[in-house]
Amino acid sequence: MQFQFAQQGLTWHDTYFLAEGLLNTIQLAASATAVGTIGGVVLGWVRTVSVTARVATTPIVDILRSVPMIIQLILANSFLSIMGFSTSPFIFGTVALGAWMSAVTAEVVRAGLLSVPSHYRKSARSLGMNRLQELVHISFPLAFRTALAPWINLVLSLIKDSALAGVIGYVEYMRATQTLITRTHETWILLLGAGLLYFIICYPVSKYSRRLERKIAV
Amino acid sequence: MNGYHFYWSMVWPSLPLMLAGAWVTIQLTFLAFIIGTLIALPMAVARQEGEGWAYRFATAWVELARNTPAVFQLFVFYFGFGALHINIPSYTAVLISVSFNNAGYMTEIFRGGLSAIPRQQLSAARSLGMNSLQGFLHVIFPQMFKVIFLAYITQGIWGMLNTSLGMLVGLQDLTGATQYAQSVSFRTFEFFIVAAGMYYLIAKGLQFSALVAFRLMYRS
Repeated sequence: MQFQFAQQGLTWHDTYFLAEGLLNTIQLAASATAVGTIGGVVLGWVRTVSVTARVATTPIVDILRSVPMIIQLILANSFLSIMGFSTSPFIFGTVALGAWMSAVTAEVVRAGLLSVPSHYRKSARSLGMNRLQELVHISFPLAFRTALAPWINLVLSLIKDSALAGVIGYVEYMRATQTLITRTHETWILLLGAGLLYFIICYPVSKYSRRLERKIAV
Repeated sequence: MNGYHFYWSMVWPSLPLMLAGAWVTIQLTFLAFIIGTLIALPMAVARQEGEGWAYRFATAWVELARNTPAVFQLFVFYFGFGALHINIPSYTAVLISVSFNNAGYMTEIFRGGLSAIPRQQLSAARSLGMNSLQGFLHVIFPQMFKVIFLAYITQGIWGMLNTSLGMLVGLQDLTGATQYAQSVSFRTFEFFIVAAGMYYLIAKGLQFSALVAFRLMYRS
């Protein structure tokens, strides 16, 4: 009996595999956005409090912004494994992307907080608000206005960077595409499908954020 | 630490390999930066026009480069063209895709700078007897670079970070060389920490030398 390779073409069952990849991409992007935004707001606020706090946290922001995402993912993967924390690539991806997101969000939040005129804050304090009330009712709402459009742009880069999580074994959309390409050799259909998908997600949002930028600038 | 011992001594014998990779990374960063700039300058002018086929072409390029992952762009040039039997070596594929990406982002940066410069500047240059090309080269662009310099350099660093994708297509850049070196001992963490330090140094070196260049060019 002669052995034959199972050379399979693309079938409709593969859409299920791709849909799973898409779901994984969305999950990873959402969890990293949540972690990164919360971390970034706290870090950004800390960086406006005092010069000491700013100097102390500068290396974190600086390093996370000038080391490639692939290396951050691999480091998060190997370091957390060494520490014996978890074995799920989802956690590794969330940690690495979330750390990057909080570093870049911190700068956006800081710029937003610095854009609030200092006499607004002084007036709030003189009306009897304490520092927390002033932060929650005056500074954050005003900072939100300036920080929203840049933050949306960061989420978009995060979605695009999540395509790298395949490197540490997380099967997101790009990795699923690559797997199917290896099996079926239908390179262009699958590749253009992946490009189109990311484009469909990112294009409307980036259009919206650009309109928002123009509206706020006026 | 679960009994894990760090063996840093494993890394040092591979340093020459990693430094060779770092040199590839620096080369790619510079080339992609220059190619991206050369493509982005005319595209920014076309985007500024607001109509015509050049505007549409530039807009399509910008939206494609900005709204798809850099990995996707690399895979198109490496695997996509490979499937059409146009075999692009990994070095060239990384160079093309990072230049493509750089050009898209830089076009938007340049366009922002161009819109900050009064339109009369070009008319004034024309009335002095310069043609449009001379007007842009000697009058408009020098002023534009002054406005957008920081964003421009940040994009250059982003381009450097993107060259690390070369690992995925088998290029021996800093990431790829590190990946190759660690596969002997699987001391992944030690190797990649050293690589991360090198990337940091390269990024800071680029930033610092760009600032020095800026000071020298625009000292008044």
